[in-house]
Amino acid sequence: MAENVVPRVRVPRDASAGESVSVRTLISHPMESGMRRGSDGNLIPRQIINRFTCAFNGAMVVDVEIQAGVATNPYFQFDAKVDQSGSFEFTWYDDDGSVYTETAEIAVA
Amino acid sequence: MTGKTLLGGVAAAGLAVGVAGIGFADIRTGDSLVINGDLAMITEAPAPEFLQDRVTTIYSGWVFRTDETRAMQADDFDNPAMLYAEQGLTAFETAMGSEGKSCASCHENAESLAGVRASYPKWDAEHGAVQTVEMQIIECQTERMGVAEPYGYDSQAMRNMASLIASVGRGQTINVAIDGPVAETWAFGEEIYYTKYGQLELSCADCHENNYGNLIRADHLSQGQINGFPAYRLKNANVNSVHGRFRGCIRDTRGETFAVGSPEFVALELYVASRGNGLTVEGPSVRN
Repeated sequence: MAENVVPRVRVPRDASAGESVSVRTLISHPMESGMRRGSDGNLIPRQIINRFTCAFNGAMVVDVEIQAGVATNPYFQFDAKVDQSGSFEFTWYDDDGSVYTETAEIAVA
Repeated sequence: MTGKTLLGGVAAAGLAVGVAGIGFADIRTGDSLVINGDLAMITEAPAPEFLQDRVTTIYSGWVFRTDETRAMQADDFDNPAMLYAEQGLTAFETAMGSEGKSCASCHENAESLAGVRASYPKWDAEHGAVQTVEMQIIECQTERMGVAEPYGYDSQAMRNMASLIASVGRGQTINVAIDGPVAETWAFGEEIYYTKYGQLELSCADCHENNYGNLIRADHLSQGQINGFPAYRLKNANVNSVHGRFRGCIRDTRGETFAVGSPEFVALELYVASRGNGLTVEGPSVRN
């Protein structure tokens, strides 16, 4: 497991029904591309977040496939339309098999 | 001849700023930086007295950056440097060394160090020398915590800790003492600032006093203020120290640089910090 991997999300606390809210996510991760060589001349093995998903009350909102070109600490921002109160569930999948999750509640008036 | 023309150009532009409040070259002045919607920064201020005959207004490096880069710094969630400050906070609360103490054992919490960044480098009576924040951290580690191998001056762990200490001091007005026991070191720093280095024969002043606001290749020269350090640079996706930046500048003049943590750079840091007296602590900032 990579060190210092901490997911963070920013979702508004409340919204009105049908409103499009801005969701921001960030995960600290080195995103080692697998293209670089270390001081010993050997390739540093690839270790990246290869998939990021966000679901709202179980329904998929975004599902992103990530390749080695994405820089360190991947940041995703997107808009999501919310019709009812519920929770966003965020999941990041690491090359080494680790899965990082985070949730955020939103109240819809 | 060229030097004179450039000097004249900047003086005229500076006047325009003072009188009409409009920008020089294509830099937009007059905007205000508010972090997280509630922490107002001073990004433009009257120059300190000793500088008045050469520069009338001092500007934070933030003023010289693009709208996108400016916006990244205005929100801690968008500011990538805060990730490093968070790692610094973890280290702050972790015991290290033979004494079994963490930083928090003496300092309680990071917020108790809010006044540090605005007043350093400053005189340390115990050691009879000017100390930077980094030197103070090393002193704490070796003399109070019993750490056998303290942080390297420009190591990742040090830059993380420096980012933390800067982040809790944001919004405080920089007020670095330049007289009394530090006067000698300050004068040494001033001498370095105006000394030309390298094959290109450039002094700090050539770029950051005589040509700020002008383009250097595709980038705008700033006044070289260090109130935003440690600075997250988009070019290397990491936080960078003041001395790391000094070293980069002298390297760019094609000169042999001083070492990070050297007496020369400590003196230069003191002098450059004092040129920013009146701005607010912005670190960890976002720069390109």
